[in-house]
Order: sequence, then structure tokens, then C-alpha cells
Amino acid sequence: MRDLDRIRWHCRRGLLELDLVLARFLEQRLGELSEAERHAFERLLQCSDNDLWDIVTGRLEPPAGEEGAEAARIVALLRGI
Amino acid sequence: MAIAIRKFDAVIVGAGGAGMRAALQLAEAGFRVAVLSKVFPTRSHTVAAQGGIGAALGNMGEDSWLWHMYDTIKGSDYLGDQDAIEFLCRMAPQAVIELEHFGMPFDRNDNGTVYQRPFGGHSQNFGERPVQRSCCAADRTGHAMLHTLYQRNVRANTHFFVEWMALDLVRAADGQVLGVTALEMETGEVYLLHARATLFATGGAGRIFAASTNAFINTGDGLGMAARAGIPLEDMEFWQFHPTGVAGAGVLITEGVRGEGGYLLNKNGERFMERYAPTMKDLASRDVVSRAMATEIKEGRGCGPEADHVLLKLDHLGVEVVEKRLPGIREIAKKFANVDPVKEPIPVVPTVHYQMGGIPTNYHGEVVAPRAGDLEAVVPGFYAAGECACASVHGANRLGTNSLTDLLVFGRASGEHMVQFLRENPGHRELPADAAEYTRARLDRLENQRDGENVYQVAADMRRTMQAHCGVFRFPDLLATGVTRIREISERAARTEIKDHSKVFNTARVEALELDNLIEVARATMDSAEAREESRGAHDREDFPKRDDVNWLKHTLWFKDGDRLEYKPVHLKPLTAATFEPKVRTY
Ligand SMILES: Cc1cc2nc3c(=O)[nH]c(=O)nc-3n(C[C@H](O)[C@H](O)[C@H](O)COP(=O)(O)OP(=O)(O)OC[C@H]3O[C@@H](n4cnc5c(N)ncnc54)[C@H](O)[C@@H]3O)c2cc1C
Repeated sequence: MRDLDRIRWHCRRGLLELDLVLARFLEQRLGELSEAERHAFERLLQCSDNDLWDIVTGRLEPPAGEEGAEAARIVALLRGI
Repeated sequence: MAIAIRKFDAVIVGAGGAGMRAALQLAEAGFRVAVLSKVFPTRSHTVAAQGGIGAALGNMGEDSWLWHMYDTIKGSDYLGDQDAIEFLCRMAPQAVIELEHFGMPFDRNDNGTVYQRPFGGHSQNFGERPVQRSCCAADRTGHAMLHTLYQRNVRANTHFFVEWMALDLVRAADGQVLGVTALEMETGEVYLLHARATLFATGGAGRIFAASTNAFINTGDGLGMAARAGIPLEDMEFWQFHPTGVAGAGVLITEGVRGEGGYLLNKNGERFMERYAPTMKDLASRDVVSRAMATEIKEGRGCGPEADHVLLKLDHLGVEVVEKRLPGIREIAKKFANVDPVKEPIPVVPTVHYQMGGIPTNYHGEVVAPRAGDLEAVVPGFYAAGECACASVHGANRLGTNSLTDLLVFGRASGEHMVQFLRENPGHRELPADAAEYTRARLDRLENQRDGENVYQVAADMRRTMQAHCGVFRFPDLLATGVTRIREISERAARTEIKDHSKVFNTARVEALELDNLIEVARATMDSAEAREESRGAHDREDFPKRDDVNWLKHTLWFKDGDRLEYKPVHLKPLTAATFEPKVRTY
């Protein structure tokens, strides 16, 4: 799946914190995501590193336009990992 | 097989602080500039920098570039080149003010000037008392810097090639650099970017060690490419360790934790820093604390089932102090050490943080290498800046906040020198017929390898070997076996095999190519460390515990060809100031 390969590369970040969390996520969760969830995850990966880290640690909510159930599930998974 | 060629005036590999600062200089002068980056520019590792940018603006009290220069030279344990250091410190204020004019959201004083915070190693009047010299944008200095420079480059029409990986340097028969070959990840196609001037700004290679604060992307690609093209690597034995990386993860726990009253414990619950640094205790300088921790672990007083780490205690500070003064620490400890630091201590180890060595340059950013008796002959058309370069302003040990200064000052200076070079050397030189052959052969080898080595296993073995044989403390027997082991691993790295042969976003291929670069850096580091029989700055030899200025006040040059080592003198003569003579370094 080319989609997955692109996602994998987009998990390469400037902050080690994110590299580590996203690597766990890829290993444990990527396979089980629905297509809609995968898209939500890809959009979340567009966030800047600091924002994404704040989202992962619960100090920030996902950006506007990402209020759907899919984004919420991804964020919950990232926070729990 | 024919390869597509694209022409630019200048090609810059790397879109971190150094690469983007240089690109701006060229684009604003009207040149066609291509900037390549493996990741989106603002995701470069510069984003991780929090502490700030060192510059003697004097906004918080008297300060001068000469004091900054003294601190930097002393910090470098006298291995830094004093001409380059004078240049760094004199240009720093201007570089910061320029960045401010570009729109960098610096923290400010009530009177509107840039606020500056204190940082270890920076002093007033040649070491008399601490000075506030670090310019920051909250705890997001690197992030703000990348965004500011990126916006500005977009406006100046810099061409960004995002998710492109440079593979090899292209040189003419006489050595002039003519560009790079590069892989477009999205299509898997390889191109030749033909340039009149080329700059490497590819950042550090901290991922050669098992315990590293660096993001995964820091694989030393620029160093690998330079080494393969016959350019030596300078002072690669010098790596700065940060005392408090989370054990097993590497994530950095800021010095602020100890600043607020946190302290280190060994397995007996002893606050051991009291023995090593009775006055400064846990606030002694990075190398002193790292060495003390390594000693405790080595002598069997480490914690945990493997006795391989020590503990950083901060539960006595109370929830409020931790939440208010040390934001983010709780989350990091919970996520990566599985402890809540307001209740339990955090397991930490000295963790590799910054590479002082790199591609040798002068203070204009021009790459220099020995040729026909000249130890510092310019390699025409080739420049390097930022963590991948060695100017050498950090010598044997970098002062906090001086890396961001380095990116701005030498990013700008190399961009400026490239502008001049482009004006004096119009037109593209013809490419040699076999310009892309080397890259092609490397890729074919990888594609066709059968019964080869697993990339992840080889990389893991390399990291473990570097950590065990070339860590904070260096022992003669471990270094000697380390040299042999890394050579063996390097032979395995030449036989890596990938199972996925697809073209689009093939991360397995990218990681195999990154390993080709990492392994060169690992070899350079191990060989250079084994040979240097003294202790200086970050290089700490058990068998040679003292600095030896008679025999070792010189820079190492490692050549890939035959793992050869040469040496060249330190520039002790500044541009205008008087020489700072080597002295014993005490704090
Ligand atoms: C956690 C942490 C905190 C720090 N805090 C500070 C601080 O407060 N103050 C300070 O002065 N220093 C600090 N440092 C050090 C400083 O951040 C780095 O030394 C500096 O940011 C390096 O910048 P650079 O421009 O050289 O490279 P980077 O920012 O690492 O950028 C490298 C660029 O090269 C690109 N690249 C690499 N290889 C290739 C290739 N083959 N093809 C194409 N592109 C490629 C990457 O995509 C990236 O764009 C810190 C370091 C860490 C790890």
C-alpha cells in the first residue's frame, strides 16, 4: 500500500518525542485503521511538530475542521500509546 | 541508463536553520536556488531547539563580543579556531537583529528590546560572573526560527524540493563540485542537480549512538556524501553528551529541572554529585555531570535490573513547581519512562546530543581539504554550514545556544560567499560523462543484493557498538576492539538487502541509504577517538586523563580511503583580537 508508505515517511519528524510516539503508533495501530481514520491521521500529520506534540500530550485539541469521530479516535489512541 | 538533469545556480542540501539562512542570501540576490530536504522544511531538527540563540546584544547588562569569544574558546577547550570564533561572536548580534527584522517573534523586554536569558558557560568580563546572552522565543526558538526563514524564502522564490534525498556529490576530475544526485521519494526517480555552487547543511549524525537526543532523521547524510567523495571529516571524536536523556528513549530532560532543585541519585540513594562537584553539585557543567554519572554506572552503583542508569529526583519540588516551571516534563516522563515525576524519580543516562566535528570549512563556509601540500586548500564550488560543518567554532565542546548562532552566522556567510563565487564564475561547467555512475552503481547494488544483511540489524549493531565502545568514557581496549567491530559492521553495511523494491515512498530503500551515511560517520568517530591520546572537552580517555597541548593541540582529519588520519594545526590567531592562550579549564 503506497498510502501507508507515504504515511510512514510523514511520521519522520524534527522532534524525537514524536518519532518515538509515532513509531509505536505505526507498529501497534496503523494496520487496524479504517480508510477514513487513515485520512484523518494523515491530516493530523500536517500539524507543526510542536502543535502535534501538544495534541499528543493533551495540551491542545486537534485543529479546526478535525472535530470528527475519526480524528477523535486517532488522538485518543496517540494519547494512550 | 540516462538520468534527468536539472540546472540551478546553487543547490543547497538541507532546509534547517543553516540551509534556509544561506538560501535566503542567494535568492534575495536574484539567483536560482534549489533547497532539498528529506522532510518538510519546518520539520527539520532545528525545530527541537529551545534554549535560544547566543549573541552579545547587551540588552540585559553590559556585554561584548570579545567576552562571548572568550567563553566560546574556553568552552571549546582551546580546540576551536580563533579566527572563526571571532567571526561568529562579532557577527552574532547583527545576525539576531536581522532575524528580528525578518519577523522572528523574540521574547521582549518592557523597553521593546529582545529579552535574553542566562545559559551555562556564558559570562561577563572573561569568566567573572554569568551574563544573560541567550535570545529566545519562549521555549520554541528553533520552531520560530524555521517558520520565519521558511516564509521569507518562499517570498524570495527559493525552489524547495521537499522529500528529496541527496545521494552523492558530483565532482569534476579536478575536484570542483558540480552538484548532487538525488532521489525524489514520491516517484523513486533519481536526478542530477547540476549547480555552479553547492552547500551542505544536512545537520548532525547523532543517530550513530544507541542513546541519542536526536530525531531519527539525523543520519549524517552530508558527512557520508562528503567522505565518499574523498573529502575528510574533521574532529569526529568530539560528541557532546547531555547528562539527562530518558534511559532507553533518549528524549532530553532540560537542565532546568536541576536548575529548579532536582538532583541525581545512585542505587544507594546517594546524591553522588556532592562527591564530584562539592560546590556546583548537580549544576556543574554538562561534561562534568555526564562523567560522574558514567563513573557511578561503571562502578556498579547504577540503578535498575541492569544497573545501567541513575535517577533524577524531583518529587520533592511539589506538583505546582513542576507544572508551572517545568512544563512538559511530566508528559515526557510518563510517556517515555512510565513514571510520574511528581511521585517517582526519572531514570536517566548521559545521551549523545551534538556533533562538534564535521566537514572542514573556513569561516566563509568554503570546504577546505589538503591538496598539494596545502592543508586547507579550498574545494571550489563546495560549501558547508550548520551542525554538519566544522568551521571550527565549537572545538572540543560546544557552549549551549552557540549552535543556533552558528546556523545564522555561517548560513549567512556561506550564502554571501556563494553569491560572490557565482558572480566570478559564470556558466555551468560541463558534467563528466560518468557523473551519475557512482550513484547508479550504489543503487543497483542495493536493488540486486541477495542473501544480504538486514538494515535494521546492522544499524542496531552499529549503535550498540558506538555506545559501548565510544561513549562518555573511553578506554583503550574498548576503543581498539571498537575499531575492529565497526569495520566488520561497515562490511556488513556494504551488503544490505531490501525486500521491498517498489519505487513510490520506499522507506526501506531510504533507510538503507541512510545507513550508508551513518556508517561512515561511525567509522570516522571510532578511528579518530582511538587515535587521540589525551582528554579534551567531550573526548575523555581513561588512559590519558589530561589535555596535552604539546602533542594534541591540533585538528583530526579522517579520510574514508584506507581509514587514514591526518592532522592540521588549530588557528590560534584571531582576525583582530589578541590570541587567547590555552589555559586549564575550570568553572
Ligand atoms: C533537543 C535539542 C535541543 C537543542 N537546543 C538548542 C538550543 O537551545 N540552542 C542551540 O544553539 N542549539 C540547540 N540544539 C542544537 C541545534 O538545534 C542543532 O545543532 C541545529 O538545529 C542544527 O541545524 P542545521 O541547520 O545544521 O540542521 P537541521 O536543522 O538538522 O536540518 C538538516 C536538514 O537537512 C536535511 N537533510 C539531511 N540529509 C539530507 C539529504 N540526504 N537530502 C536532503 N536533505 C537532507 C533535513 O531534511 C533537514 O532539512 C539542540 C539540539 C537538540 C537535539
